[in-house]
Amino acid sequence: MTQIPAPLSTWFSSRGWALHPHQQEMLTRARDPATLLIAPTGAGKTMAGFLPTLADLAEGTHQGLHTLYISPLKALAADIKRNLRAPVEELDLPIRIEDRTGDTPQSKRRRQRADPPHILLTTPESLALLTSYPDAARTFKGLKRVVIDEIHALAESKRGDQLMLALTRLQALCPDLCRVGLSATVEDPQRIAQYLACHPDPCAIVQADPGPAPDITMLQTTEAPPWAGGGAAYAIPAVLEQIKAHKTTLVFHNTRAQAEIFFHNLWLANDEALPIGIHHGSLDRVQRERVETAMQRGELRAIVCTGSLDLGIDWGDVDLVIQIGAPKNVKRLVQRIGRANHRYNAPSKALLVPANRFEVVECQAALEAVLAGDLDASPSGPGPRDVLCQHILIRACAGPFEAADLFAEVTTAGAYANLTRAQFDACLEFCATGGYALKRYDQWQRLQQRSDGSWQLRDPRATQRIRMNLGTIQDADLLKVRLKHSRGGKPLGEVEEAFAATLTAGDTFLIGGRVVRYEGLREMTVQVSRNASKKPKIAVFSGTKFATSTELSARVLQILAKGNWPDLPGHTSDWLALQRQVSDLSRPDELLIESFPHEAREHSCIYGFAGRNAQQTLGLLLTKRMEELGLDPLGFVATDYATLIWGLQPITDPEPLFDLQALRDGLEGWLAGNAVMKRAFRGAATIAGLIDRNQPGGRKNGRQATFSSDILYDTLRKYDPDHLLMDITREEALRGLVDFSRIEEMVERTRGQITLRPLSRVSPLAAPMLLERGRVPIKGAAEEKLLQRETEALMAQSGLKGLAQ
Amino acid sequence: MNAHGGYGFSLAGATLTALPQGALWWQDQALLCVSDLHLGKSERHLRRGGAPLPPYEVEETLVRLEALLDSFAPQTVICLGDSFDDDLAATHLPPELKQRILDLTQARRWIWIEGNHDPAPTEFGGEHLPEFHLGTLVFRHIAQSQLQAQNEPQGEISGHYHPKAVLRGVSRPAFLLDQHRLILPAFGTYTGGLRSSDPVLSDLMQPKAIAILTGSQALAMPMPRQSRRG
Repeated sequence: MTQIPAPLSTWFSSRGWALHPHQQEMLTRARDPATLLIAPTGAGKTMAGFLPTLADLAEGTHQGLHTLYISPLKALAADIKRNLRAPVEELDLPIRIEDRTGDTPQSKRRRQRADPPHILLTTPESLALLTSYPDAARTFKGLKRVVIDEIHALAESKRGDQLMLALTRLQALCPDLCRVGLSATVEDPQRIAQYLACHPDPCAIVQADPGPAPDITMLQTTEAPPWAGGGAAYAIPAVLEQIKAHKTTLVFHNTRAQAEIFFHNLWLANDEALPIGIHHGSLDRVQRERVETAMQRGELRAIVCTGSLDLGIDWGDVDLVIQIGAPKNVKRLVQRIGRANHRYNAPSKALLVPANRFEVVECQAALEAVLAGDLDASPSGPGPRDVLCQHILIRACAGPFEAADLFAEVTTAGAYANLTRAQFDACLEFCATGGYALKRYDQWQRLQQRSDGSWQLRDPRATQRIRMNLGTIQDADLLKVRLKHSRGGKPLGEVEEAFAATLTAGDTFLIGGRVVRYEGLREMTVQVSRNASKKPKIAVFSGTKFATSTELSARVLQILAKGNWPDLPGHTSDWLALQRQVSDLSRPDELLIESFPHEAREHSCIYGFAGRNAQQTLGLLLTKRMEELGLDPLGFVATDYATLIWGLQPITDPEPLFDLQALRDGLEGWLAGNAVMKRAFRGAATIAGLIDRNQPGGRKNGRQATFSSDILYDTLRKYDPDHLLMDITREEALRGLVDFSRIEEMVERTRGQITLRPLSRVSPLAAPMLLERGRVPIKGAAEEKLLQRETEALMAQSGLKGLAQ
Repeated sequence: MNAHGGYGFSLAGATLTALPQGALWWQDQALLCVSDLHLGKSERHLRRGGAPLPPYEVEETLVRLEALLDSFAPQTVICLGDSFDDDLAATHLPPELKQRILDLTQARRWIWIEGNHDPAPTEFGGEHLPEFHLGTLVFRHIAQSQLQAQNEPQGEISGHYHPKAVLRGVSRPAFLLDQHRLILPAFGTYTGGLRSSDPVLSDLMQPKAIAILTGSQALAMPMPRQSRRG
């Protein structure tokens, strides 16, 4: 097919639209088994994906479901529905379009399974759920195309892995299914193509014209950035000027907490009362939707936001993107910049605002990377096995299956192409019996083999539980925040339970840009009142702290290695020059360590440039080694570029500390009992179907019936350390929060070249580290001591001491 | 605080110790009391269509209980009810674990108090009672909301609620104690907890109640309560 039907093309030309070359190519490739389209925002990407569908359906002969559209966001599905309906309704085409998400009413969902529309717009989770019903074959009968939007975002998460596994099921039901992926600019299109295709099918890559290079610069401010911190409060006046000079500005932040603080300060300085909104993932949905709507109507001059605005919803006329804080990842930055200016072939405009002095260097590195089109690589590991376990359970819900068939099916997903049969069998065994070293209670196993060798659920009632636990999104323990005394309690958003636990009545914190006062906890809801009289204690959100990518770190090292820095502002180049004069600057092929006394403590600053998570892990491992060597470490703090350790003894012989094998051994021992592992375990155990996910409202009652997943972790660690879930947990932790691979990379990059610089006092580059937040004390018995001290004080204060004793 | 890291107190004239492991020790009677072992939890969970939890919790609970029996050598042991996750879970225990429990109950006086999960007598020896009186103390599974007025002071020892208390963001199983009653934390490995701030517990315990956190040492603090409205 190379043409669109006449009525459609007339409709397009009546609006002055002409097909872009990439849209034409998507039409030409309509029958290819898999096609990946890479196009910038505003290039008519979605229409390109749907044109072959509309052309097919315009004939009016197709029965049943024709095209599935899958996006990571519910809102996106609703948006697309509106956009598609315009031509369909105006031309009176015989095409039924519906969406199906977690918000779709039960009755409609049931009807959709029996009588699906021609085009169904849905999310990965809703699709997985659809495949779990015994009537899936009927629902998907006749399906021709599946269009996956924002596939670059999905490919970085387990939601994407779940989606690709669900597609293997669809492909088995509909062998001629064509797959289309729509992606923003990525560094390695081939990787996404392999991810998308039914392995080993080929996948064509269609590249739209990327448009002109973005107009991106560092914001000029009269005041120099501070030495440390992430708030960028110094830049508020300059940012406000930019907002005034543009129509609509998006102000991106790396964390929700930073967005809250910045918004608060921006609002205080907003003397002209410009309409400015805030948007991040912890805000109440109603609040977020209000901001989204106001923005689409063009009523807002600026939105202070986080990654929650990253995906491709149509935001109307954004003409400036400001990134506060160094972009930790060039790809994300490029995608954010793409939000500015939706007119195809017009340059997007963006400003970078370093939050502190070192970030000036990082921002410069990012600028150079964007201009060179050098995007960071995404780590792509093998398909996660906890998601596979869930897929096996979902498959079992739909009816009996042969292990060999399912194995063949899942290995057609690119991420699982290298899965071995033994690995698959271990997952199947886990789903069936738990897969424990100790075989017990096998009469109750979850999946059992029938006489013909196929597998089925022992108890069909288990389907309900499996469907309820479907999905891979991990929610931290969040508590709703509501205004007290207002009718029903106006919802403001959510905070982590751990943060709420640190609050006492009268404490204040920021949420949704306002300072509120903590009143108390009632039925798992944080009750607050309005109160602006105190300096807020800042809400700590779980929003991942992104580590600077390997590529950006390498560019930073290259900048530092230069003889002089004409591209950097004077305040920063002077600082670096001073550092070189009194100490040294790291080179890419060596590990620089400074050692100096400060406030009666011996300090060591290790410039690893391995990213925040890895530097944090390095701090934990090194202090543990130092403890063993009697160097009496007292604490450490980590940033993206260095780890600063203080203690009673100086490091004089660093070589043995950085022995890779010793670090690896230390990691095994330290990791096992660590909270990071317990968190990773909880995620894996929930996805794999060992524990139920928190159901909304399910925690009010019967709390004593459920117990912490930490107990399961401790039990497995003691009695069954080689269990599948322990293996998955280690893999996850090493890849994610622990980021040990970056430490390995660092050791390999420097090839044991360690330069120790003993100094008489703190160096210019190390000084900001002393101001960093997030200092980690080395404890052990410390928690017990603190608890004891506090309980004694409480008993004394309350007058209870001696009463019961 | 005493040698075992326990917290000593008196209830209705009896001198008792809340042990950091979550058990109660009555020195004068050489009596050890534990509550809510929930043995067989993973079996019952699976039987009722739940996921296959690691089947090691009975061993783990027994290991901890045996360690206490070794160090305190009690003449009497009271299990305060919900010792088994249900009656079938007791029946379905594998033979070697049944024998292990039997060995424990035969070596000393052993009292099983009936719980709401395990009302029927067990096949593991020992005595099976709805409640047990000794001196000024009464042992039962669920605390009575109104303690009857007695001529002599009487203290009630119970379990059932799996109380927990939170301090500095750390949540731990805890004993709850006031002038008339003590509620024990759950001893079983696979047990969650109910926060002391839950209305049920706040209503049950007197205003001056204390919570005794378990852990590496028993730590007493004023019982965290539901924050009042207003």
